[in-house]
Amino acid sequence: MLTIQNYVRPQSLQEAWELNQKRSSRIAGGMLWMKMSKGNCGTLIDLSDLGLNTIVETEKEISIGAMVTLREIELHPSLQSYSWGAVQRALKNIVGVQFRNLATLGGSLWGRFGFSDVLTVFLAMDAYVELYKGGIIPLSEFAKMNYDRDILVRLIIKKQPCLMAYEDMRIASTDIPVLTCAISYIDGIFRATVGARPGRAMLFYDEKGILSEWITEESAEAFSRYLMEQVPTSGNIRGSSAYRSQLVKVLSRRALLQIKGGN
Amino acid sequence: MEVRMKLNGKNITGDVRPDSLLIDFLREKGCVSVKRGCETSNCGLCTVLMDGKPVLSCSLLTLRAAGHDIFTLEGLQEEASEFVGFIADQGADQCGFCNPGFVMNTIALLRENPDPTDDEIRAFLSGNLCRCSGYEGQLRGIRNYLSSRHG
Amino acid sequence: MDNRTYKTVGRTVRKKDAMQLLLGKPVYTHDIIPKGALVVKLLRSPHAHAMVASVNKKAASAVPGVAGIYTWEDAPGNRFAIAGQTYPEASPYDRLIIDRHIRFVGDVVAIVAAETEAAADKAIRLIKVNYELLDPVLDIHTAKDNPILVHPEEDWFPPCQVGGDPKRNLVACETDSHGDVDRIMEECDIVLEHTYHTRAFNQAMMETFRTYSELDRYGRLHLISSTQIVFHTRRILSRALGIPKSMIRVEKPRIGGGFGAKQTAVCDVYPAFVTMKTGRPAEIIYSRKESFDAGSPRHEMEIKVKLGADKDGRIRALDLYTLSNTGAYGEHGPTTVGLSGHKSIPMYTGSLEAYRFAYDVVYTNTVPAGAYRGYGATQGIFALESAVNELAEKLHMDPTVMREQNMVREGMVMPAYYGETANACALDRCLAHCKEMFHWDEKYPVRDMGNGKVRTAGVAMAMQGSCISGIDVGSATIKLNEDGGYNLLIGAADMGTGCDTILAQMLAENMDCSVDDVAVFGADTDASPYDSGSYASSTTYITGKAVEKACDDLKKKLCRIAADMLQVDPADVQFEGKYVRCLADDRKIPLGDIAYKTQVFSNEHAEATASHSSPVSPPPYMVGMVEIELDKETGHVEVLNVCAVVDCGIPINPALATIQTEGGLVQGIGHTLMENVTINKKGKIIEDNFLQYKLPTRLDMGHLKVEFEQSYEPTGPFGAKSIGEIVINTPAPALAHAIYRATGVWHRELPITPEKILMELLQKN
Repeated sequence: MLTIQNYVRPQSLQEAWELNQKRSSRIAGGMLWMKMSKGNCGTLIDLSDLGLNTIVETEKEISIGAMVTLREIELHPSLQSYSWGAVQRALKNIVGVQFRNLATLGGSLWGRFGFSDVLTVFLAMDAYVELYKGGIIPLSEFAKMNYDRDILVRLIIKKQPCLMAYEDMRIASTDIPVLTCAISYIDGIFRATVGARPGRAMLFYDEKGILSEWITEESAEAFSRYLMEQVPTSGNIRGSSAYRSQLVKVLSRRALLQIKGGN
Repeated sequence: MEVRMKLNGKNITGDVRPDSLLIDFLREKGCVSVKRGCETSNCGLCTVLMDGKPVLSCSLLTLRAAGHDIFTLEGLQEEASEFVGFIADQGADQCGFCNPGFVMNTIALLRENPDPTDDEIRAFLSGNLCRCSGYEGQLRGIRNYLSSRHG
Repeated sequence: MDNRTYKTVGRTVRKKDAMQLLLGKPVYTHDIIPKGALVVKLLRSPHAHAMVASVNKKAASAVPGVAGIYTWEDAPGNRFAIAGQTYPEASPYDRLIIDRHIRFVGDVVAIVAAETEAAADKAIRLIKVNYELLDPVLDIHTAKDNPILVHPEEDWFPPCQVGGDPKRNLVACETDSHGDVDRIMEECDIVLEHTYHTRAFNQAMMETFRTYSELDRYGRLHLISSTQIVFHTRRILSRALGIPKSMIRVEKPRIGGGFGAKQTAVCDVYPAFVTMKTGRPAEIIYSRKESFDAGSPRHEMEIKVKLGADKDGRIRALDLYTLSNTGAYGEHGPTTVGLSGHKSIPMYTGSLEAYRFAYDVVYTNTVPAGAYRGYGATQGIFALESAVNELAEKLHMDPTVMREQNMVREGMVMPAYYGETANACALDRCLAHCKEMFHWDEKYPVRDMGNGKVRTAGVAMAMQGSCISGIDVGSATIKLNEDGGYNLLIGAADMGTGCDTILAQMLAENMDCSVDDVAVFGADTDASPYDSGSYASSTTYITGKAVEKACDDLKKKLCRIAADMLQVDPADVQFEGKYVRCLADDRKIPLGDIAYKTQVFSNEHAEATASHSSPVSPPPYMVGMVEIELDKETGHVEVLNVCAVVDCGIPINPALATIQTEGGLVQGIGHTLMENVTINKKGKIIEDNFLQYKLPTRLDMGHLKVEFEQSYEPTGPFGAKSIGEIVINTPAPALAHAIYRATGVWHRELPITPEKILMELLQKN
């Protein structure tokens, strides 16, 4: 269990950022995973008072504050329709409603957890994160970055015309996944993301143009084989590297065929 | 640190350490219906309502609940009594240790969706583990309650 | 068959504690104890095998709030067993409260008592231990006759002779046979031989182990413990602590589940020791992790089945060898193993000409196993029922038809079941009923659903016992109250199963009153009549019969008192529920008047106590079927439908019997598909929390349908047998069967994970 010396609710992002520059400080997301960590936290920074708990939609983008809960995202109608249900599909199996009512987008993304459904699904979109100091950068870039002492403020999803599908494999329904896979077709570009490899989710493009003639049974099969070769996997208690690689192939093909079938 | 919140409709105050978890605070305040079944945010036994939404009190800092409206089963006896008899008629209470969390989440479900399908019930309650009942009797109980309301 | 109808028995009534439980009232150990008890925590070894060279507790002792730190030097030297079994126990006395010799990852090195949890945790972190590391014995195959000994100590003591030899890492061994197995095997057209492996599954009851202790107002040691075995716990504490039994009281409040885990006194001794040392109240609550690392899980078993049959599907000979892993201590080791053969082989009494059953139970440096619902039968039935399904598939026979021609039937003598006769056996009807309810003929064929998915089904039978024959004792005390109601005092432990309620139903039936007229109390060593405890499926069958006997005694007594009041001969009155009636002139004495009479100038009390034991343990029987959809591209198994038909004699309370069955089925599904227990190279359990050890959720078990076929067991109360354990036995073999149907691959090791299914399938193609 994490021990905490001091709890602060800063009134501005600047104040939060300053507090967070100390190595012993930590920013609280939903605290679901963090509370299990051992060790000591000097100052726990709670961003609850900063108005980061809203989803704002404009004609061009959907902006999700860092303190929005996974449950709020799951229930958000335009996120569902925009993602063809992929977002809901990605979130609905995360432990339970009570868990998702606490887990925050910021905590889920910041952790860049290897098992993250959240990172997998948003990484397949034309998505950006706003960092307090680092500014707005593509989520794909953020996904690769090392942990630093910046603050994730919000996620921005560009509302490009989009087709999308999400697939996952779990041993038990609400377990953390053995593998996650999202595929999108946005602005003429296919994106494939694979998570729970079990490392951080990674983004891949159709660099060989396998899908350039659109999705057929054959091209889906070929792309899924290509992806299987590209995605580095390894083993943990939920599955071996070889098994995960098989799943990369199967789940990506299925996701593609869903897109072909108009979800 | 000082904390103020509304617990089961009453304003209360307390003095807690920064790492105090809501479950421990609530039990300290006499709400012992709130149970701990794991240390990994997995079992749902500690479910309480915060501003009407079901949350895991084992994972929520007491200080974070400050200023919010918290309900435990102690404060929702009447609302629970409307349907728990139907669970009892199935014998699905069994050891009972998961019951408070299960009942709290069922209250949340029925407030949000007064007429859920079986699949919606299963999905909403999937975060509530039960090792005794095999779940089917809990479902039958809820189903019978819903039918009785239509009745 | 007995077709009597009853007023209360055989009908669903709510559990007596239902509304208290559902409304979250304070009824469990941690809810009801006074504030201010010392918090007891245990420093556990990170090593599987070691000697404690030295312990430095200086820094830890200085932590404010620490009341005591105890190591092996402080603990008494009496070896004891913590298995909840009737004395003399089959389990060896191989434990100390704290031993210098560390035998598994999680073994206790020090006990810490502190004013707060934070202080206790801090002290635990500050204790410095030097270990002399020893090589651990981790592989069950090399444990027997390994030069490394788990229990080299000279004072290892077996209260019963069960073939144990600690110098060989052996807790027990035996061979039992009937007929000439080798000759018949030779005559058989087909001999199958396969090995099956099951793991140390965890009961995972929602309330972890916990015990509170204090000195009561007489200075006696008083425990409030979440236990299935109050009387055994008293005896265990007496030996471990070296204090008289009369100085100990053990009671249980409501229990948050047990499933056998709490048939072992896993944590009771630690707070009791602290209370004896400090004189202060003390409480221990195991974390979920501790309940995995140092609980009392199922015995891991490897079972070799040799099955001889003829081409027509007649099963003629069975030869089973079980290798059981008791872990670091021998709790329940010598007894669980027996059920792997004796509660599987007899199911084929119908055709069997000979059998042999042999076993070894070995010590290893892993978590000590204990009792878990099914108690060895589950492991044996997975092996044997899988082998029988393999035979049927090999012969291209419908496995239900094959079972019909081999199964035990009513009236048969079962040589593999201690020569007992199946006096009540509806197994044949269970099979026919289940086939019809499940639509077996439609669901058994493999159906391609497209997108790599196929549907199909599997089947298994099961049996269990209804007590430990010739050993278990159940007792009941019944007291009449002034309003004509009764108090029922029992020593059996309702752990959520509803035994308090079904025993009240039996009392109500016998005394011709309402269940609401019965107040049940249990269990408390000071107040309850002796009961060996709630385990071995025995409470309905044994304690139920004790209730029946006590009712008979009480009726006679009430008649005697009433006759005295009426000034007639006791033979001239009759007990008629609300009153005793004089047959000659119809005068009636209400029960309340009888009760008042015993309170005024009386030499007789309106109270009766009776005990019951049984020389036989009539098996309940069951058939389970399961339909799955298997994804041949991912290996994922979705359970669609599970049907079960159970012969438990008569269900005393159909709703509770149904829930028992449904709960057992889902636990069985968990063990088969998702619950895994593995250890790393150092012997540490990897799946030691609910994040890694996955219990089935309500999305993982499909649709359950449970019905009953009644039989009438002449030795049971109202014809009842048991139900608590048998219900966990069918899912594993039935699922393994369905998975074979879908993939053409037999999986003989649990759990059968998606990865195993897919990778085997890929290898096969």
